[in-house]
Amino acid sequence: MGLMRPALLSVAERKAAQGHIHKIKFDTPFQPRLDALMQTHEWYDWAGYRAPHSLWSEELEYFAIRSQSALFDISPMVKYRIEGPDAEAFCNRLTLRDVTKLKPGRVHYTAWCDDSGHVLDDGTLFRLTETRFRLCCQERHLPWLLDGAFGFNVTICEETEEVSGLALQGPTTCALLKAAGFDGIETLKPFDIRDFAHQDGTVTVSRTGFTGDLGYELFIDTRRALSLWDRLWDAGGPYGLRAIGYAALNTARIEAGLIVANADFITAETALRADRARLPDEIGLDWMVDLKKGPFNGRRAIEAARRDGKARFVLVGLEIEGNVPADQAIVYHRKKREVGLVTAAIWSPTAKRNIALATLERPYGDSILNDLWVEIYALRELQYTRLMKRAKVVPKPFVKLARRTQTPPGDF
Amino acid sequence: MTSSDAIVIGGGHNGLVTAALLARSGRKVQVLEASDTLGGAARTEEFAPGFKVSTVAHLLNQMHPDVIKALKLESHGLSFGKGVSPTVTLSENTAPAILHGGYGDRLDGVSAGEAAAWKALRALLLRQTDILKRFLTSPPPKIGSLTRKDVISFGGAGLALARLGRDDMREFMRMILMNIADVADEHLSDDRLKGLLAFDGTVGHHLGPRSPTSLLGLYYRLAGETAGEAGAQVLPQGGMGAIAAALAKAAEAAGVSMRTGAPVGRIEIENGRATSVTLESGETLKADIVVSALNPKTTFTDLMDVRELDIGFVRKLRHMRMAGNVAKLHLALDRLPEIDTLTPELMAGRMVIAPGTDYVERAFNPAKYGAFSEHPAIELTLPSLSDPALAPDGACVLSAVVQYAPYHLREGWASGKVKFLERVLERLESTLPGLRKTVRHAELLTPVDIETRYRMPGGHWHHGELQADQMFVSRPIAGHAGYDTPVDGLYLCGAGTHPGGGVSGLPGLNAARHILTREA
Ligand SMILES: Cc1cc2nc3c(=O)[nH]c(=O)nc-3n(C[C@H](O)[C@H](O)[C@H](O)COP(=O)(O)OP(=O)(O)OC[C@H]3O[C@@H](n4cnc5c(N)ncnc54)[C@H](O)[C@@H]3O)c2cc1C
Repeated sequence: MGLMRPALLSVAERKAAQGHIHKIKFDTPFQPRLDALMQTHEWYDWAGYRAPHSLWSEELEYFAIRSQSALFDISPMVKYRIEGPDAEAFCNRLTLRDVTKLKPGRVHYTAWCDDSGHVLDDGTLFRLTETRFRLCCQERHLPWLLDGAFGFNVTICEETEEVSGLALQGPTTCALLKAAGFDGIETLKPFDIRDFAHQDGTVTVSRTGFTGDLGYELFIDTRRALSLWDRLWDAGGPYGLRAIGYAALNTARIEAGLIVANADFITAETALRADRARLPDEIGLDWMVDLKKGPFNGRRAIEAARRDGKARFVLVGLEIEGNVPADQAIVYHRKKREVGLVTAAIWSPTAKRNIALATLERPYGDSILNDLWVEIYALRELQYTRLMKRAKVVPKPFVKLARRTQTPPGDF
Repeated sequence: MTSSDAIVIGGGHNGLVTAALLARSGRKVQVLEASDTLGGAARTEEFAPGFKVSTVAHLLNQMHPDVIKALKLESHGLSFGKGVSPTVTLSENTAPAILHGGYGDRLDGVSAGEAAAWKALRALLLRQTDILKRFLTSPPPKIGSLTRKDVISFGGAGLALARLGRDDMREFMRMILMNIADVADEHLSDDRLKGLLAFDGTVGHHLGPRSPTSLLGLYYRLAGETAGEAGAQVLPQGGMGAIAAALAKAAEAAGVSMRTGAPVGRIEIENGRATSVTLESGETLKADIVVSALNPKTTFTDLMDVRELDIGFVRKLRHMRMAGNVAKLHLALDRLPEIDTLTPELMAGRMVIAPGTDYVERAFNPAKYGAFSEHPAIELTLPSLSDPALAPDGACVLSAVVQYAPYHLREGWASGKVKFLERVLERLESTLPGLRKTVRHAELLTPVDIETRYRMPGGHWHHGELQADQMFVSRPIAGHAGYDTPVDGLYLCGAGTHPGGGVSGLPGLNAARHILTREA
């Protein structure tokens, strides 16, 4: 307590801490390998990191996910370590789902809200041990987490830089990992976590992913990251291993009906406009809200919103006639009344359907499901063609693959 | 397990007001007070053998007439004693300026021109205070959900503003966030009066007279009235403990059951609703509703499991500023100090050592950096003069509010306290020569002492800074104004809620009225 000042640094120390000024975007530890494979030179900014949008071919990269093995660098994903005797209680208060049901060695997909019940982010919560968790997400939340730690015996730190990650997704990935020496990987069930030896340390493998396919995510101490890539790469040839960028992953995740923060909804802390924040019930996460588990952040507001019918929006899957993706298209009822917006849309190569995720204003998408239309402006050689296409609310995921959950996965 | 309709945690004056009003509506009410006596910071205690004093609050200037009426306090022993006390400015270099009646409706010892200027300024401030006054008894509206009542109350304020006339209204809007030093400079030239205003605008706040918004502190004082006179004060017979005793009697008459020596350790919550409280002794008492008359921070961060609360709420609560800046000095004197310029009647009032704006501002400067004032500003009273029972025959009690004494003293109060006491005694000695020789016993309560002794976090006058950002719609915290809490069946009613501290009974009154409409 009292007045505290940060210790004064010397000029040299300050200079040394300013490296980020000279680097517009960070490199991940896998950058040397990505650079060597990069042909399209399509980079994008992922949370301050230079990340590949595509490496060699958007379409073929997608097919690597669905018919071979695809390797995607997830190091820029924000990661927090939450550790201590009260870590479970802390996570339970923070997030929507019941963390007491999450066993050590398991992961679950979850979300967390501010006091008004508006979603701050969604992400995956890894229970590494009884008292140690890793929270992975899109946005940064350290101040929120630290404030939430008041009254809990828990330490929280960001480990985005210390821990690097790779997503390995596709039907041949289990076989690939086996070939790379991950003995027993085939017994890993969806959302299981297990440590495997790697060099003089370990790599933490979970059967998770963002593709709706068979796949794994591998987390490793950044100092050993490159050697992990090489280990997979060396074993990957016979399994059709390809490195991929975000475009391919995005196609797969839309097929799987998975949402992305600040693409399919605006997170509460980044929203500038008061009406943009969303309740879980407004972005398809109502199933996470566990009212049986006792207090958690935003609970009162969510309950009140439900009681008062305050959930104004609903996130739905749409199937749209034709084959032109309806990205950012306005959704109409009876071609006249504006009722929503498409937030993600693709022609699905696997479902062979024109699909989309959209946010509609209730009762549209909720009790009124028919006579919905999307207005697509297709720019064709400097002229817009306006298409009014019929849209049907359909269940998600658009693509459901048995191999995602089958244990042991098929061999190749 | 014993069960009541309502438990009121904390038997400070606000808790007693709420308890009595709830009981008068026919409810079975239980007050649980940690200390051995009721009244909280409104109390009289023996601090040296035979010497009694109001150990925290020592002047009554804000007890609201609605509280007095609603609880028939006069029939329960409330008395303004010898009537309204004067205020006198004290300084070694100048003769005193004397304010009679309600904040100087008559002045002595100043030039005719200055008296006229004071009269005009006083009238202006009282007109402006009239606008603000109506908000004292109205619960702050919830931003985003204005009720009809809120609109009427705002409308009423609007009407009152309009009634001010255009020039007065503009002047009010211009002045409301000004600092007290600039306001004084615009109207006055006498440093004694300017110094007094500087003190009265800032006492109990972490502000100097030149800090923006310090005029609000003066408005808050002037919004109080005593014996029908705006801005007036009295030294109650028997000290502030007598006020607490009158409230306790009213509560008892209403059927409230009161327990002292019963510190509450925990508010129990089931499914988001407060259902009972557990004493530090382990005993549990059930109630339909629980009302906390304690500091908001204590209520939420000490008495319950934080996981019952949302992170944003706790964050705001922990940011609520409540580091006190006022110390309390009690002296047991062999005899009445000699002040040749003052009659005994004047010495029985309030005497303020704040000779000029600069003096108070300089006193504030070190407080910004965690040090106490080298030359503190002091408000002193000699309560035994009007109430001889407070001191042995021929002896005298001196009670003083001393600022600035920052709660977060850089060197720590363990070593700082003796040094500060020396400064204060030096200051008193130079104004009242010979005083030190007559001191039989001296007790200085720093904000840390006040915190530990009286369970007032930060030792803060208002249970939380009363500044623009922590007032009205933002009191105790923004987004959670008023007496409701996020926990169902749990209410607040202490000084940490609107309108704030001082022995006014207003938070208690407003809270009771609110609870009675909510739990009708
Ligand atoms: C140095 C100083 C001088 C002041 N001078 C004046 C003045 O001259 N005039 C004036 O009008 N105002 C003055 N004030 C302000 C005034 O004293 C307070 O604002 C007011 O008394 C607060 O009343 P309250 O009932 O809200 O809280 P409190 O009086 O603080 O009452 C709270 C009660 O709760 C009890 N409590 C706390 N924790 C527990 C627990 N866990 N279980 C059970 N009970 C508990 C406490 O013991 C206390 O009795 C002064 C304040 C200070 C600090």
